[in-house]
Amino acid sequence: MASELLTISGLSAGTEDKPILHDIDLTVGAGETHVLMGPNGAGKSTLGHVIMGDPVYKVSSGTIAFDGQDVTDLAPDKRSLAGIFLSYQAPVEVPGVPLYSFLRTICQMRPELKTTARKFRQRVGQIMAELDMDESFLTRELNVGFSGGEKKKVEMLQLLLLRPKLAILDETDSGLDVDALSIVSKGIEAYRRDCDGALLMITHNTRILERLNVDRTHVMVRGHLVAEGPASMIDDIDRNGFGTYEDSLAASQGEKVEA
Amino acid sequence: MADEKDRVTTRPEVDERGRSKVQDVDRSLYDFVKSEEGYERYADGLTPDIVRSISAKKDEPDWMLKMRLEALERFHDIDMAPNWGPDTSGLNMDDISTYVSPKTKQARDWNDVPADIKDTFERLGIPQAERDSLAGVGAQYDSEIVYHNMREEVAKQGVVYTTIEDAIHDPQWEPVVRKYFGTLIPMTDHKFAALHYAVWSGGSFVYVPEGVSLDYPLQSYFRLNASGAGQFEHTLIVVEPGANLHFIEGCSAPKYYEANLHAGAVELFVGDGARLRYSTIENWSKNMYNLNTKRARVGADATMEWVSGSFGSHVSYLYPTTILQGDRSVCEYTGITFSGANQDLDTGCKVILNGRDTRASMSAKSISKDGGVNTFRSSVVVGRHADNARCTVSCQSLMLDDISRSDTIPAMDVRNRTASVGHEATIGRISDDTILYLMSRGCSEEEARTMVVNGFANPVSKELPLEYAVEMNNLIKLEMEGAIG
Repeated sequence: MASELLTISGLSAGTEDKPILHDIDLTVGAGETHVLMGPNGAGKSTLGHVIMGDPVYKVSSGTIAFDGQDVTDLAPDKRSLAGIFLSYQAPVEVPGVPLYSFLRTICQMRPELKTTARKFRQRVGQIMAELDMDESFLTRELNVGFSGGEKKKVEMLQLLLLRPKLAILDETDSGLDVDALSIVSKGIEAYRRDCDGALLMITHNTRILERLNVDRTHVMVRGHLVAEGPASMIDDIDRNGFGTYEDSLAASQGEKVEA
Repeated sequence: MADEKDRVTTRPEVDERGRSKVQDVDRSLYDFVKSEEGYERYADGLTPDIVRSISAKKDEPDWMLKMRLEALERFHDIDMAPNWGPDTSGLNMDDISTYVSPKTKQARDWNDVPADIKDTFERLGIPQAERDSLAGVGAQYDSEIVYHNMREEVAKQGVVYTTIEDAIHDPQWEPVVRKYFGTLIPMTDHKFAALHYAVWSGGSFVYVPEGVSLDYPLQSYFRLNASGAGQFEHTLIVVEPGANLHFIEGCSAPKYYEANLHAGAVELFVGDGARLRYSTIENWSKNMYNLNTKRARVGADATMEWVSGSFGSHVSYLYPTTILQGDRSVCEYTGITFSGANQDLDTGCKVILNGRDTRASMSAKSISKDGGVNTFRSSVVVGRHADNARCTVSCQSLMLDDISRSDTIPAMDVRNRTASVGHEATIGRISDDTILYLMSRGCSEEEARTMVVNGFANPVSKELPLEYAVEMNNLIKLEMEGAIG
């Protein structure tokens, strides 16, 4: 059993007027690959954002511990520096900020990644080759006018440069064509291989999971984690959908009301 | 550059939500005052005697004195305080000294400049920039130019870069000055133009002969050190046909409680097929009334480019104007205005398209913060004979909080049916998603905001020589320090 990297205990969170996550317990060990599945609107992305520290969501109870530190109240930048990475479904565009200088900035602020301009440039070149990205992207403005697939590649590029201990990939595969999907898969493999980092994949596309060794699968329904199991659960969900999980959640909530 | 020890770091205030509020920016880089001891300072206010004294001190020809006295009359004739722009009631001409001069002669070597004045310009990085990347430098301190020099190889090409005072004492150049001076900006233009012509002092005269192209820019730096004083420099640039010049002006002043006034005039004559780029980084202190007038007349196939960064001053009225007189002439304007607490900056540009196939493109950006007010005014006039004139105006505003204000006021007067004129304006804020995105990659909130604002300003800083782009980014960084909310 790997040592615990991320430990979420009894976490409830939501926006100011709406609770979304209820009493979540989730543990990810160092270097493990976890998959978080669930129907649309179950709260999967919210969990990713809460782990990253998105101030839109307030934690009403519970804690998030990362790498031996309670990060529940930390700002997103502190969590990032501690080694958490969240790849967004729809990365934002930042006009006027060239991609290369952005990458250089976010790496230079980390003591463990600080390096000379020349070595950094080489490293960026290697990763871009691996991701089949044209280097002309480097002079373009961050994500501005990039296609969905290009934005996801830029996310992968940052992931591989920052070498986080935990990468949360929120629907990184959504809306991608087959070619882009295979490149994103390559990026994920490179991350697993080179950075030995843990992965929390938020997805409902099981195809991207085929090439990964999944350690644990979690199922979320209406803000509750209702099941956890081995990789084989994915095939089961693929065949039967989330119906049985929704039913069992309804039943358990019914019992609670009766009790 | 200022020494680290000179800089006072302000700690941001923190509000009940744990967010820090912006305090006044650390301006210590610009905010230092030198003693005025031994200076020649004329009485406050405006009388014919003061005007005569200035003229006598400069030993001017009669025509100039006559012009000054006439301008003084015009000044008294024209009404104060237009009701369409920022409030100027804090400006009382009876409290403004129109002439303050250090007791020194103009030097051609920094070592001949008095130590405290030299120190001022050293801190502002002017001698360094001169060594590194400029073809010539003029430095004005209060009312007079204290330093003027140009590289020899540039002088050999016949380029003249001097003060107007020196030019009118040179029989070769006096007729040139007389031919152009005050013709593009008439003294009746507005009250402060009249004031300018009554008391002008300092500034530059630049003449680039036909076909001569300067590889490096010329720069004038205007420093207003004296409290309660006005600066009224006149810049006259003649770029002859086929010539090419980049001229940079920079301005700054320390902060005082009394109002200071800047009412300069810039007259630019761009000959046929010539090109002039005029770049400004303005960082007046926030007690300054910046009522400056700039105008260019452009010949056939010639290009006028304005690059303008306005960061300082309490109140600004500033609208560089381009008259595209010649056929196929071109005007490009790129400007940014940053308005913080207690700043009401009314800036923009005007273009008059008179020639055929003329083209103007104007792109303005503004950033408002801490209750700062930005107004962008553009005026486009397409004349009757300007067949196929094309003009686009675009204005983008970024609001950093809810208490600031940004307005766009375009005016268009199109008198030719073949013209094509476009205008677009957007006002936006920094989205929470953008901040979250950058923070989740390790940037602090302050770094994230600064990055976004720098990105917003990038199209302007890109147009500046590297040192000035760096200075502009530093100014933005200073303005953004502690800017979380």
